[in-house]
Amino acid sequence: MPPEGHQAAAGSRLDRWVDTYAARTRGMTASEIRALFAVASRPEVVSLAGGMPFLSALPLDVVGNALARLVAERGTVALQYGSGQGDPGLREKILDVMAPQQVDAHPDDIVVTTGSQQALDLVTRIFVDPGDVVVAEAPSYVGALGVFRSYQADVVHVPLDDDGLIPAALEETLARLTREGRRVKLLYTVPNHHNPAGVTLSAERRPQIVEIAKRYGVLVLEDDPYGLLGFEGDPLPSMHSLNPEGVIYLGSFSKTFAPGFRVGWAVAPHAVREKLVLASESAILCPSSFSQLAVATYLETHDWKHQVGVFRELYRERSVATLDALADMLPAARWTTPKGGFYVWVTLPEGLDATAMLPRAVTERVAYVPGTAFYADGQGRQNLRLSYCYPTSERIREGVRRLAGVVEAELELLETFGGPGVPTGLASGPGGRRQVQSPSPDLT
Amino acid sequence: MEHPPRVVVLAGGLSHEREVSLRSGRRVAEALRDAGCVVEVRDVDAQLVPALQAEQPDVVWPLLHGATGEDGAVRDVLDLLGLPYVGATPAACRMAWDKPVAKSVARAAGLRVPESVALPHGTFRELGAQGVLAALVERLGLPLVVKPARGGSALGVSVVREAGALPRAMVDCFAYGDVALVERFVEGVEVAVSVIDSGDGPRALPAVEIVADGGVYDYDARYTAGATEFFCPARLTETSAAAAAEVAVRAHVAFGLRHLSRTDLIVDRDGTPWFLEVNVAPGMTETSLLPQSVEAAGEDAGTLYRRLVEAATGASGAEQAPTEPAAPSGV
Repeated sequence: MPPEGHQAAAGSRLDRWVDTYAARTRGMTASEIRALFAVASRPEVVSLAGGMPFLSALPLDVVGNALARLVAERGTVALQYGSGQGDPGLREKILDVMAPQQVDAHPDDIVVTTGSQQALDLVTRIFVDPGDVVVAEAPSYVGALGVFRSYQADVVHVPLDDDGLIPAALEETLARLTREGRRVKLLYTVPNHHNPAGVTLSAERRPQIVEIAKRYGVLVLEDDPYGLLGFEGDPLPSMHSLNPEGVIYLGSFSKTFAPGFRVGWAVAPHAVREKLVLASESAILCPSSFSQLAVATYLETHDWKHQVGVFRELYRERSVATLDALADMLPAARWTTPKGGFYVWVTLPEGLDATAMLPRAVTERVAYVPGTAFYADGQGRQNLRLSYCYPTSERIREGVRRLAGVVEAELELLETFGGPGVPTGLASGPGGRRQVQSPSPDLT
Repeated sequence: MEHPPRVVVLAGGLSHEREVSLRSGRRVAEALRDAGCVVEVRDVDAQLVPALQAEQPDVVWPLLHGATGEDGAVRDVLDLLGLPYVGATPAACRMAWDKPVAKSVARAAGLRVPESVALPHGTFRELGAQGVLAALVERLGLPLVVKPARGGSALGVSVVREAGALPRAMVDCFAYGDVALVERFVEGVEVAVSVIDSGDGPRALPAVEIVADGGVYDYDARYTAGATEFFCPARLTETSAAAAAEVAVRAHVAFGLRHLSRTDLIVDRDGTPWFLEVNVAPGMTETSLLPQSVEAAGEDAGTLYRRLVEAATGASGAEQAPTEPAAPSGV
């Protein structure tokens, strides 16, 4: 209210549609955290934030030649609309890609999507009404949380440990939700080389999780972009292989080939698959023909398994560099030990807040993703995610050295202002500490 | 100038406000192009100096927010290169950039300034935080505003309404810099007054009144269209509006600023404007305050920005003195 005697006038919100947006859009705001990531793209900053595959390891000349041939020889198909379900030839080849995880399917069971991110969106769209519950690991992939939020789902987290999602905790959560009369629609899980936790669901737990979900009538959404990127041994059997009728399996070429093509897929039970295709057609008509044929050509003409092996070895080396650097320079913290994938999940010393600490990290030219991004409920202040996929081992070491300096300075501050008892949650304003509210390429 | 002015807009940099700076840079570049200037937008990196030396633009417009951009450093380099630029000289920037120094300058110029104390982290460590924090609350009362002594876009700023929340606010603030400014909270209408001087003396544009949905004009409220309601001109009595305008012009002159500035104020219940800070590189994004004032004044942004570019041409910071205010008078 203006003070007494002030003139009445109409204000402007610089957005004439501000009262027109849907309820689900209201949480979409600018964020201090995302703004800080703008600096992470500068070469001076060691970014341990973004999960960007190291594409310099790809034979770019080979890919380039294949693309040129594709347009020259099959341009009228590659640049044309295609099937809503995806190119049949590519779907055939996807079966080979999934074979190590023992996903047994027919090409007709596969729906090709614009990255597996679109598959997440489609599955949520066809199953989740506002207020429905999606059960997800604690922590969980930020991009999935963004999708669930956009469909106004209520995400309930279940803890994981070094062996992945904890069956007893899942059982307990589902029992409680059932007692409370909540409608649980999906169990979302990243069983292999978890983003952000870096852990893998053990072979022993897989049948247990599948059985619990089956008993409670909850559909499992198994998101597996990192399954082929294990550092040792063969991939574990997918959850899909244990109950194909109760699991939707999501795969992606983003980590094993290149994310720029935006090609992923879903394997779903017959009736679900029909609805996914209809939902996809209404959203995008069809996935990119060019991208699909490019991927298919690559799989056909290049030893892609060897290339995945190159990536695997590269990421293994970098994970070792990260773990060694943490052990040398940040012994006060705890962290997970990844057996594959891109990420290490760090737990900071008691009382530290990774979100509040980020500006200092940016000043010191190192970036990470604060743990709060990976929870729907504000947990994760003491955690952060480090991605080792993109920087070289040398840069990783330098990044961890800078991070250690930041942690030391924050510990000193904390000691000055009253130790771990300093309450969190004020941040810069009464709205509570910032959370990352939507996925961004910096965070995936 | 016979050819259209060739302008290099500097945007980006390595500060916490990189994102805002990039957005400001894009907007100003677009407006200048519409007004017939030849514009290039450049980041501040190792390629900048050789590029400027090679290109020899007519004018550089530093739209860098945060350190390096607002602390005068980049402008010092532009002076070294003999390149004219839009905005304040390095010496003036340094005074405005450091909030405690700025408050002293404003106070010396006779402006009303909320009482405050600036303390480095080390002071709390050496003397014990508990005693110092208690003394701060005792002296300044509650609520309090805690902000980094340097920096913008409300990053690291907290409004503290109870003493128990003060330690956390200090920790959050020190993440952005080593010195914290703890200031008495002035209840009132939040207002920003932009001042323009394209060669004919500084003049205040209509004040913008800020009403953030959450009550605090923080980063999200600043850069999310729709999250804040703006009134331009501000809903002030004529007397208060004139007083606010005068404070902004006096600040512009007292700091020796050039071309453009934005003064942030609180107008209290009695209609008295309180000086909070003056910005030498005000935000120029879609949701920023100076462009709103330009629009409310019925002026075309491109035309106005081009006039500033032309005013800057031919006089580097070392040479061009700030102009006298158009209508000086006491507040």
